[in-house]
Amino acid sequence: MSFLKIDNLSVNYGMRKETVYAVKNINIDVKKGEILGLVGESGSGKSTLGNAIINLIDEPGRISNGMVILDGINIHEKPGDIFKYRGKKIGLIFQDPQTSLNPLLTIGEQLIETIQTHLKLNIDECKNRAISLLKEVGIKDADNRFDDYPHQFSGGMRQRVVISLALCCEPELLIADEPTTALDVSIQSQILELIKTLTKERNLAVILITHDMGVISETADRVAVMKNGDLVEIGLTKEILTNPKELYTKSLISSVPPTNKKISRFKIVKTKKNEEKGANIKILNRWNKKKIIYGDLIKIKNLKKTFQDGIFTETSKNTIMAVDDVSFNIREGESFGLVGESGSGKSTIAKMVVNLFKPSSGEIFFDNVCVTKIKKNKEMMNFRKQIQMIFQDPYSSLNGRLKVRDIIAEPIKLHNSLITDNDLDNYINDLLESVELSKKSAIRYPHEFSGGQRQRISIARALATQPRLLVCDEPTSALDVSIQAQILNLLKDLQEQLNLTILFISHDLPVVRQMCDKIGVLRNGKLCEVSDTEKLFLEPKHEYSKELLYLMPKIESIYD
Amino acid sequence: MDNQNLSLIERIRDSDVYFSFIKSPTAIISTIILTIIFFCSFFVEFVAPFNPFNPSSLSLMDAFTPPSWSEDGISKFLLGTDGQGRDMLSTILYGSRISLIVGFSAILFSLILGVALGLTAGYFGGKYEMFVMRITDVQLTVPSILMALLVDGIARGLISKESHDEMAIYVLIFAIGISEWPQFARVSRAATLVEKNKDYISASTIIGVSNIKIMFKHILPNILRPILVIGTIGLALAIIAESTLSFLGVGVPPTTPSLGTLIRIGNDFLFSGEWWITFFPAIFLVILAFSINLLGDWMRDTLNPKLN
Repeated sequence: MSFLKIDNLSVNYGMRKETVYAVKNINIDVKKGEILGLVGESGSGKSTLGNAIINLIDEPGRISNGMVILDGINIHEKPGDIFKYRGKKIGLIFQDPQTSLNPLLTIGEQLIETIQTHLKLNIDECKNRAISLLKEVGIKDADNRFDDYPHQFSGGMRQRVVISLALCCEPELLIADEPTTALDVSIQSQILELIKTLTKERNLAVILITHDMGVISETADRVAVMKNGDLVEIGLTKEILTNPKELYTKSLISSVPPTNKKISRFKIVKTKKNEEKGANIKILNRWNKKKIIYGDLIKIKNLKKTFQDGIFTETSKNTIMAVDDVSFNIREGESFGLVGESGSGKSTIAKMVVNLFKPSSGEIFFDNVCVTKIKKNKEMMNFRKQIQMIFQDPYSSLNGRLKVRDIIAEPIKLHNSLITDNDLDNYINDLLESVELSKKSAIRYPHEFSGGQRQRISIARALATQPRLLVCDEPTSALDVSIQAQILNLLKDLQEQLNLTILFISHDLPVVRQMCDKIGVLRNGKLCEVSDTEKLFLEPKHEYSKELLYLMPKIESIYD
Repeated sequence: MDNQNLSLIERIRDSDVYFSFIKSPTAIISTIILTIIFFCSFFVEFVAPFNPFNPSSLSLMDAFTPPSWSEDGISKFLLGTDGQGRDMLSTILYGSRISLIVGFSAILFSLILGVALGLTAGYFGGKYEMFVMRITDVQLTVPSILMALLVDGIARGLISKESHDEMAIYVLIFAIGISEWPQFARVSRAATLVEKNKDYISASTIIGVSNIKIMFKHILPNILRPILVIGTIGLALAIIAESTLSFLGVGVPPTTPSLGTLIRIGNDFLFSGEWWITFFPAIFLVILAFSINLLGDWMRDTLNPKLN
């Protein structure tokens, strides 16, 4: 007997021009003691479905038909009834632990408030209950930390508090919406482990909403795949992952970077729309065919960067070592990966390499020229031309007020002021074609493109100066997994044909494994280990590398 | 050319701003009122029934004629006449032109000054930013009308008496403009700080685009929205400031009266019963400022990304 039954549920949004169905006729059952993974790309309606269960759809959206039956009762029947279920029978965990706790109240106050709302207990009973809950979710020294404010906890600890809030009224159904997406990999595995244990111990029904196949494979018992509001496929996790029936599921799984081997390209399953072909690199003949010296293109020596914390800080002692004595070299034509958790200093290094930040001490050599000592404007321009960057967030990396054509034309005109309009147009078209965008894209504005297409525009802009080094700062972490596969394929093709050198920064180990020849592992600003990719994955030397590799969610674990 | 125009109109029709405009009666009404006022003010020579500044058309016999609908009213003078026999309606329309010119020029002046300082302060930061922002802080402690009075006083001392009357309007523009710029500087600095940290600015830096170009080609178009909103609301303030100064007698001279001057002149007759001489310019000023403010409010609501 299923505990939660979602019966033919639809949610639509009445927009100005049309009615958009975010969720279309979904039927799902969840049993007690079971974790159902709800997986899909952005816009698939997975979060909307989660919110629809507790009737928390924002205007102008509404539940147009269908029922949610919890333990035999239709909880949407009377509009006011839902308050009896929210927080009590149904617990919720949100994505971002930074914003789901009230920063002005202690965690104790927040727990007691929730408990008192639903259960008739006096203050002491509430407090005892809250403390035992905190202990249960693994907060150490819970008695003393009871009166602490949320900012005194780390991200992972805060997510534990959020879980304890969700559990405090003995819910029977738990909805977790991307509970680990904002967390580092080491903390992610702890939180997932906690959710798994709680499910068993308390016999909960859990809906785990996520975009991450690795997370699904390690936690969910069953998985439901969603696309554009439709339920594509539902079944046991192992069956779905090893033997998917639907084309969409197949393509989704094939675009997940494998953790256990290096593949040359990601397979893009053919649908009617996209036919897979290698990028047609039209800009190849324009490329400066300089004799390539297979030496070190970038040499970084004892690089340090400190940030001062606080106001009027020239003399302040609160200096933060963002990058601490890092040295490594990148050979021409090589792709070098920098991995580390948030705050490890990997983006800071990237920004110093492209000369956005000045290092506090240490030297960066590009082609045997010390970057930090460039004074003349002409030399600086020459350096700028040879080194370009691709950013993480495709939405903030393009100026929304300029047409794509003008965005790409800017670097070309700047570094070649003599170019004729005709030549310029041809060059822009070639660049667009090389990143697999149509010529018509040139006259459109960035907001008309999707995240993946915007990232392609970004790449075209970076290639416009014909750089030798491309710094990629988490270029795919804001993208869906199938788009990620396409972008990574594109980067690989470009690198191969144009003989680019790539500094690839990521927190995602499987992605780095696919992209890089060499990897440096960073932790708290220090470089733990530099090693060839295969060697690192097979026999990591440093303790921290071992830990990272062990904790990485592995989609392959399902095959064992 | 034709095609492009068409697509532009279609794009405007398609935009969210147009949609919210159509849905908002206040915005439509205030736009209609403002269009009428602007039209009448700028083509006043053709619209106004009389030219109040042409002595040959004036007759002292017509002085103090009440509005046309009252007992002694003459249909020729719709809103009555003032102490010199000038038609009130025509005088108001001529006066509103001066008020609008002063208001627009003053706000344009303070906008350019404020945005230039705020943008550079936000972009470069450091000691320069500290310096600029402290000046705005200091100036914001002085009420803007006092600031304008001060500037006007200094200008009176510097400019010779003969040329004072013709210079008065420029002094007024400068005085109001200089008292309003800190608003623009603050808003544009804050918006610049937000834009500066976006990746597209980093990308431009890496490409090698110069600071000036980054500021004016990339940042400026992206911070225009909030500036436009406070510019509109500032326009109403500037018009009122002009009227206040003229009312106090330090604005434009009575020979070319603005709305404020008219209110002041009429004020003298208020207790002898000729209420219309001060009432109509005042009500006209209220309608003008109110419409601009309503339009500004609507713009703030529509263009604010946080409220959408």
